[in-house]
Amino acid sequence: MSTETACPLTARDYKSELKPVWCPGCGDFSVLMAITKALAETGRRPEEIAVISGIGCSSRLPAYTNCYGFHGVHGRALPLAAGLKLSRPDLLVIAAGGDGDGYSIGGNHFLHACRRNVDLTYIVMDNQVYGMTKGQPSPTTPPEWDSALAPGGTGLRPFHPLVIALAAGANFVARSFSGDPANTAQLVLEAIRHPGFSLIEILSPCVTFRPEDRNWAKRVHPAAVDETQDRARAARRVLTDDGFNTGILFRGDRPPYQPPYNPAEAGPVDFEVEFRP
Amino acid sequence: MKEISEFQRKACTIAMLGSGGAGVMTAAEILLRAAGRAGYYGLMTKSFGPQIRGGEAAAFVTLSTAPVDIQGDQVDLLFAMDWQNTERFAGELHISSDTLVISGLPGAEPPAIVAGHQPTLVEVNLKAMTRSHKGTRPNMVALGVVAGALGLAQETVNDLVNERLTAKGEDAMAHGTAAIELGYGEAEDLDFDPLPASDGDTPRWIISGNQAAGYGAMRGGVRFAAAYPITPATEILEWLAPRLQKAGGLLVQAEDELASINMIIGGAFGGAAVLTATSGPGLALMSESIGLAVAAEIPLLVIDVMRGGPSTGIPTKSEQSDLNIAVYGLHGDAPHVVTAPNSIPDCLFTAQWSTHLAESMQVPVIMLSDQSFGQALGIVDRPAELAFATRRQVATTPAAADYQRYAATLSGVSPMAIPGTPGGQYIADGLEHTETGTPSSGVADHNKQLEKRLTKVVDFDYGNHWAEIEGSGPAAIITWGSTTGPVRQAMQRIDPHGERLRLISLRLISPAQPDRLAKALAGCGRIMVIEQSQMAQFFGHLKAQFDLPIHADLYARPGPQPFRADEIAAKLEDWLS
Ligand SMILES: Cc1ncc(C[n+]2csc(CCOP(=O)(O)OP(=O)(O)O)c2C)c(N)n1
Ligand code: SF4
Ligand SMILES: [Mg+2]
Repeated sequence: MSTETACPLTARDYKSELKPVWCPGCGDFSVLMAITKALAETGRRPEEIAVISGIGCSSRLPAYTNCYGFHGVHGRALPLAAGLKLSRPDLLVIAAGGDGDGYSIGGNHFLHACRRNVDLTYIVMDNQVYGMTKGQPSPTTPPEWDSALAPGGTGLRPFHPLVIALAAGANFVARSFSGDPANTAQLVLEAIRHPGFSLIEILSPCVTFRPEDRNWAKRVHPAAVDETQDRARAARRVLTDDGFNTGILFRGDRPPYQPPYNPAEAGPVDFEVEFRP
Repeated sequence: MKEISEFQRKACTIAMLGSGGAGVMTAAEILLRAAGRAGYYGLMTKSFGPQIRGGEAAAFVTLSTAPVDIQGDQVDLLFAMDWQNTERFAGELHISSDTLVISGLPGAEPPAIVAGHQPTLVEVNLKAMTRSHKGTRPNMVALGVVAGALGLAQETVNDLVNERLTAKGEDAMAHGTAAIELGYGEAEDLDFDPLPASDGDTPRWIISGNQAAGYGAMRGGVRFAAAYPITPATEILEWLAPRLQKAGGLLVQAEDELASINMIIGGAFGGAAVLTATSGPGLALMSESIGLAVAAEIPLLVIDVMRGGPSTGIPTKSEQSDLNIAVYGLHGDAPHVVTAPNSIPDCLFTAQWSTHLAESMQVPVIMLSDQSFGQALGIVDRPAELAFATRRQVATTPAAADYQRYAATLSGVSPMAIPGTPGGQYIADGLEHTETGTPSSGVADHNKQLEKRLTKVVDFDYGNHWAEIEGSGPAAIITWGSTTGPVRQAMQRIDPHGERLRLISLRLISPAQPDRLAKALAGCGRIMVIEQSQMAQFFGHLKAQFDLPIHADLYARPGPQPFRADEIAAKLEDWLS
């Protein structure tokens, strides 16, 4: 079967037939649209792409693409994606999921993925809530947000994923809003093209459990200053902004971690000499 | 009168003791290698005090003209560089009045655990000797004394010492040779029977269980590994890391076991044959994702080098107490395979076989090795080349419209599309799914996929590798893993012709093979199960899954003390009478 095709692929070619399980109005629909649009721009064919996720509403995303995909266990998308990319550097590997999946149960992997800097793009659909389990607070939920599991709010300071990513060594950090799919697609494409570990945090409202977040559309605004290569400046900016400024916040130049695959100069038989007494 | 087995007649056990930095491990390893070059079989085990580095240490070397899979019952020759904290080895150091004890520290009193048995005591003044020959090291003198007493060729020992010291230059080599010469000189005055003649220089291997496991997996095709360090499995990783690189593969150090298991799932999804190695605590962390590999049908090998548990337990000692978590520790109905090697060389075979099973059935395989194999060095016959024919079934030209990743085939195994293959795109999923991989919570889909995953594992033809069977007597001993060696030795002593006893050592722990076991037990009136687990996990498993006859007897006890042949021989004598 020939993989060549005369006409360029469009976003549709990266979408599967499957109908998403998401609630009407969920921000993740637009994120899916933006991702498929970006993929069409990469020039990579669907079979050369793998989309890896954990568990959550947002983590259902791989099945809605026409790429290879892995819907694994809660919180472990990043190591699975890293294992795939390290053993198959030829593939374009994307990890996707939610704030609970990536920052809570998968928090340790998040730190080490930033530090390891494998050439991956990590798309977090941050809705500041556990959507799939029906409305519990996540590490990015505001402290006063009332819920059945945390009556009166958690009282806990939300986690600053972008600052943490910067401190841990992520090579590209951006923020976007699902309500702006054109810009989101552009940012996803930039993230994919940038070597190393790229984090793109997409504010993607959960209309069912946090309907108040529909107003995010009014709050987001493009970053007032240009992107920087200076980690400290980027971190200061993210720490002091209102959490709604979008765009590329940091673009680093760390070389990606990809240990060389030496051509197989030895096979197991060659190690036999070591076992002579 | 008891018949004395070949092992007992010809085996000789040497212990070397010394405090940190004395170099007893180096000396003992050179001794083992010299014996290997001279055509003997051997086994070396190490025992350390609790200090991370520099505490007291004991090396045990058993040499024989017949294969050795356990330490001898008694120490025949003990060389103590000093007596610091020797009491620590009370449970391991078996001295008798026949033991020749050489003390390297004249005037120092041996502790009661040695002196109490009234052994023959000889003193060698290591300090005086190394002082009179500047540059010589006491451990090399001790090595010379022991090798001389055993009648090993001095030239062989010199060669080995020089090979170790080449990097340090001519002077160091000359001092090494001088130290060996001093030791051999001292040995002339000793009254000790040298080793019986060996078969000469037969090509043998010197290998640890951990190296053997790593090597077997590589022979099986493993080229990608991810792991988190843990005693006593780390040597597998340290052996593999540079060699995988040379063979065009890779080992990644993960941030934890949750990551390592998921990294190899990713690698296997990408088409590689993969492994991780860990011990009990790490296996516990991995169990959720091993369930994922069952559901998503990802082939992988997890080697658990068992240690005393639960929790951190006794990291440096062996126990057979991870059977339950390996066989029953996954959530849901999750068919997978659990294997266990029964000797150091079998770590190689079983790792290679396990890789083959994983790849052939697209299933996770847990191989239960243990510390007593992993960290012991053996001189063994060169393991045979094995060619396992089946590999992973791959969908090479899937047609997008009809490709069903999880097709319920007759065998249960369905061709897997590897990323990069056009038309094969599918989602590997831990959610229950249809044959194409679409999530489904329907009754029919769940039943179909459960059935598929069970069928492929249960109907697979494991051939005669499922167990090792020796002897044809009417009384059967069923055992597994590292308990096999001591049982085998005990049987050779009390039943050298295999007329009263029969040994059945299971290599395939799960899925259970009740029909095969029933056949292997044909004609047996009595059965005894022997294992190193307080809660008798193996016995429970046999009773639950294998139609074990109701009257089967049991000898089970926990680690950390290894089973001794005389301990089991006494049990069996008692049982048979
Ligand atoms: C080990 C484990 N613990 C708990 C769960 C239950 N669980 C499923 S999704 C989820 C949270 C998802 O939140 P998030 O990642 O933010 O995704 P969202 O649904 O908001 O998109 C939890 C707790 C699980 N599947 N596995
Ligand atoms: S629960 Fe929230 S996050 Fe989940 S699909 Fe519905 S709107 Fe989206
Ligand atoms: Mg969420």
